[in-house]
Order: sequence, then structure tokens, then C-alpha cells
Amino acid sequence: MKKVITGNKATAYGVKVCRPKVIAAYPITPQTTIVEYIADFIADGSLESKFVKVESEHSAMAACIAAQNTGVRTFTATSAHGLALMHEMLHWAAAARTPVVMVNANRAMGPPWSIWADHLDSISQRDTGWIQTYCENSQEILDTIIMSYKIAENRKVMLPALLNEDAFYLTHTAEAVDIPDQELVDEFLPDFEPRYKIDTEEPFGFGSLVMPDNYYEFRYNIARAMEASKELTREAVQEFAELFGRDYHGLIEEYRTDDAEFILMGMGTLVSTARDAIDELRDEGHKVGLVKVRSFRPFPLEEMRDLASRIKSIAIMERVYAFGNRGPLFNEVCGAVYNSGHRPFLKNYIIGIGGRDVRVQDVKNVYLDLLKETEGADDGIPEEELNWYGLVGPGGD
Amino acid sequence: MIQIRFHGRGGQGAQIASRLLADAAFLEGKDVQSYPFFGVERRGAPVTAFTKIDSRPIRDKSMIYEPDFVVVMDPSLITAIDVTAGLKPEGMILVNADTLPEEIMQVLGDAKVVLVDASAIATAHGLGSKENPIVNTAILGAFARLSKVVGLDAVKQAIDQNVPRKVDKNKDAAIEAWTLVEEKEGSE
Repeated sequence: MKKVITGNKATAYGVKVCRPKVIAAYPITPQTTIVEYIADFIADGSLESKFVKVESEHSAMAACIAAQNTGVRTFTATSAHGLALMHEMLHWAAAARTPVVMVNANRAMGPPWSIWADHLDSISQRDTGWIQTYCENSQEILDTIIMSYKIAENRKVMLPALLNEDAFYLTHTAEAVDIPDQELVDEFLPDFEPRYKIDTEEPFGFGSLVMPDNYYEFRYNIARAMEASKELTREAVQEFAELFGRDYHGLIEEYRTDDAEFILMGMGTLVSTARDAIDELRDEGHKVGLVKVRSFRPFPLEEMRDLASRIKSIAIMERVYAFGNRGPLFNEVCGAVYNSGHRPFLKNYIIGIGGRDVRVQDVKNVYLDLLKETEGADDGIPEEELNWYGLVGPGGD
Repeated sequence: MIQIRFHGRGGQGAQIASRLLADAAFLEGKDVQSYPFFGVERRGAPVTAFTKIDSRPIRDKSMIYEPDFVVVMDPSLITAIDVTAGLKPEGMILVNADTLPEEIMQVLGDAKVVLVDASAIATAHGLGSKENPIVNTAILGAFARLSKVVGLDAVKQAIDQNVPRKVDKNKDAAIEAWTLVEEKEGSE
């Protein structure tokens, strides 16, 4: 059934059809309406779940981990400073192998205080062991919640999953969204049945001390699980497409990259806007395509190497800067392609920080700059590797 | 793509008007997007909301810079912000007002301006108070008739499906505004 709803309402519907047994959350703009809508579903009886009101995001994550340990599916949502406050528990959720699914409304970190779209909040949680996916529209959030439970709860994975939606561009924007039938979701998503859970009949220890003889292998197992999630994601996306008729392609999605010499790459809603830019550029005769990075963790290493083997030049656009060394996605792409034996021209564009609007013309300007740089560089190395796109003035001292 | 920008003040219902218009167009088979620009939300502060309507899927997530239509829900905004910014040459401005002084009309420049007293209609139907009428459904009815972007049936259905309270009064306000514009056009 198609309805015009906001990204936050689409998120709530996505959660509802996955039937988590426990939801623990603390309000923060612009996430708050997600858990309000879920609370409505619980109140009207359409979702059977326990809603735990907590005093902080740290406690929200702790409650989800504890509930997961008893063998039930959980959900929470947060944003920016809320996600930052969870940081300790994010490590715990991953290392305790509790497949919590969480939606983060990507919002800028203060100060200066801001509630608008920015990826610094989630990128800062890169190394916690969470699967991280970025969505470009409300339908994708809803569908990715369903797929995320399936991937995260697979016994080869058992890792938590963080889904990201841009503040306001998705959270508060109403679009037509198809809400899938419960029967179809039940067919796609099996019940959560962890191998180990808190059970008084069959006691286990959880989170105990281990000596250096063993800790190392616990970490190796997380790395292995994250690797395993790549193939499971590719499979889940395919199965989802067959059942629901919507294809999310895998860890990345390529758009009009056939015969492309240039590609623009990004994450989140700017990818959606970039599709219009690519269509216009194609109409103007440019050989340019688009790559959406859906999965930031695990990183699509193989896909990046494949792109490197056939693409001349790549613009990496990011709504975040990793202070001290370039944008994080740029660094990841550089790292991925270095040992591939191929060397595309890579340039980093920082764009849309703190909700600065990204228009179709901005994306076209990025391409035109990339084209100029690529053609001007005789040694394949950009003169300017980093571009802070659209700065309106220099900063003060 | 048809792009509509709403200017209102916090509490007037600009965001809801933008949503209801999107809902109505969706009911007529169009793809839609409705997006409020959130500033510092407080009663009385300027609020901007956007509606995009197209027969093709809408992918551009940016705000509206070159609207086909501008809806001004409070005429005092005309001297506070540039409501005409980026308006297409053939564009139209709908203002919630009975009359506007000449100097205000001059601010609006060459654009085609249409005045509808949505506040009076809302007040007559008991929507909000006399000091703070909630004009979203009245202005939507007037806008639908003026712009021909959506039909009256779709507007009524959108109100039915999405307005939580005073559904009939809201529908009546929309119908009255629609009819008023129709009569105005007939007399011209």
C-alpha cells in the first residue's frame, strides 16, 4: 500500500513489520517522531512490543543489548549527540554480538548548535563494529530495516546494524512510500533465534573477563563476521528484489556507469539529487555515471577495485570531513584501490556540511571541476586533491 | 515539475498546507514531495514549506529556488522576507489578504498577484481564533482553483485522510475558498 509519509514514519512502518519485541529510546531532534510513531503502533495494538522509556541514549542502547541477550529482536533510533552518548555501548553491542538494529538521523555535531544533515555523527562510530548503511530516500530506509534484521541476525554475522537517514531531507520530508504486506515480510524475515541467550534452565556467562590468550580471537571473529555480511548483503538484496520488486543492487549501486569514464560517488540523499545531475550531463554528451555507496561498513572493497579497473576519474562527494586528513570516504576509496593495480584519478569534494543545500547544479559543478582537473593533469595526479565546495568566505584566525 | 513555495508564520499551518497539497496531487496519480524548512520553530516565526509535483519520480532533494507558485499565508511577511525570490516569470503569488496597500503591491513587483481572504473564511468556519486563524485548508482550496494543479475532490479527500480534527469545517473552508476564486474569475 502506497502512502505519502515522512522518512520517520516510513522508518516506524519498517520497524513495525519486523516486529521487534523491545524498543528503548530517548528523544532527540530530528529522530523523535520515529519512536513516537512506534509508540502509537504499540498503543493501538498493531505492534506487540515493550517500549522502554530511558533516561539517556546510553541507557537506550544498554537496554537493547540486555533485551537482545534474552533472545529477542530490538530497535532504537537516535541522532548526532545521542549517538555520541551511546558510543561506549555501541562497542558493547557489537562485541557482545547482539544484532540490534538502529536508525540514526544524520545530524551535525555541535557546537555551533545545528540540527541539519551531516554525516560526522555516524562516521565517528566507524570502528565500533556496526554495519553501517546510508539511504537516499524513505522507501530505502523502510526496506533496508527489513534487510538489516535478516543480515545482522544471521548466525554468521550477529552484529548490530546502523541505518542512516539525512536529517530533514528524509526525516521530515513526505514522499510516496510503499508499505509492504506483513505476510511478505514474514516470508522474507525469519524469527530471531540466537544460539546463546539468557536462560535460567541453561545458564551461560555473558561479557566476562578473558585473558590475552583469548581476547585477540574474539576480535578476529568480529572481523570475520563483518566480512561474511558482505556476501549475505548481496544475497539479501537479491532475494528482496525478487520478493518485493525493489532492487538495491548490493553494497553499492551504479547508475548510468555503462561506458562511463567519470563517476561521481556519494552517500545519502545527495545521491538522489545527483541522479538528476547525471541525466542532464548525459543529455549534454558527458560520459559520466554515479555510484551510491550504501554500505560504509563493511566497506565495498571488491566493488571499489572493480570500479578502479574501468573508470578514469572519480569525484568523491562527502557530507563530512575527517579532521586532519581528507574526507573519510575518500580515504577509504584510496585505501581500497591502492593494491588493485589500477590508479584512477581521485578527487575529494566536501559538500553539504551541516545541511548546506546540495542542488543539481552543485553536483554538475563538481563534475565539471573533475573533468577540468583530470584533463589538466598530465601525470594523473590532481593539482588539488581536496575541494571544500561552495565555501562562502574564508574562516577567521 | 511544478514547484510551490509556502510562506507562513509558525502556527498558521504552512507545513500542513504543503503536505495536504502533496497528498491531493498523489491521489491524482502524481509523484510528490513535501518538505518544511525548519528554522527556529516558534509561534509567529517565518516558516517556509515546499511542495513538488511531477508525473515522473522526483529525485531532487534540494529546496525550491525557482517556484512556479508562491503562497503567502501572512501578508506581513512581504516586507519581512523576499517572498518573490526566484519566482518564474510566468509565476503567480497567492496572498491571504482582502486588499493590500499599494506600497506592498509594489514590493511584489511584476508578478501576477491574487488575493484571497483565507483568514476570514477560516474564522467563519471556526478554524483557530480570530487573532490566530488556521488558514491552511482555506488557502489550499483557493490555491487549487487558481493554479489548477489539483482538483477539488482530491483536496477534499486529502483533508478527509489527513486532518485529525474539524474535518468537515476544514473541507467547507476549502470549498468556500475554491468557490470564491471561481466566482472572482467568472466576474473578470
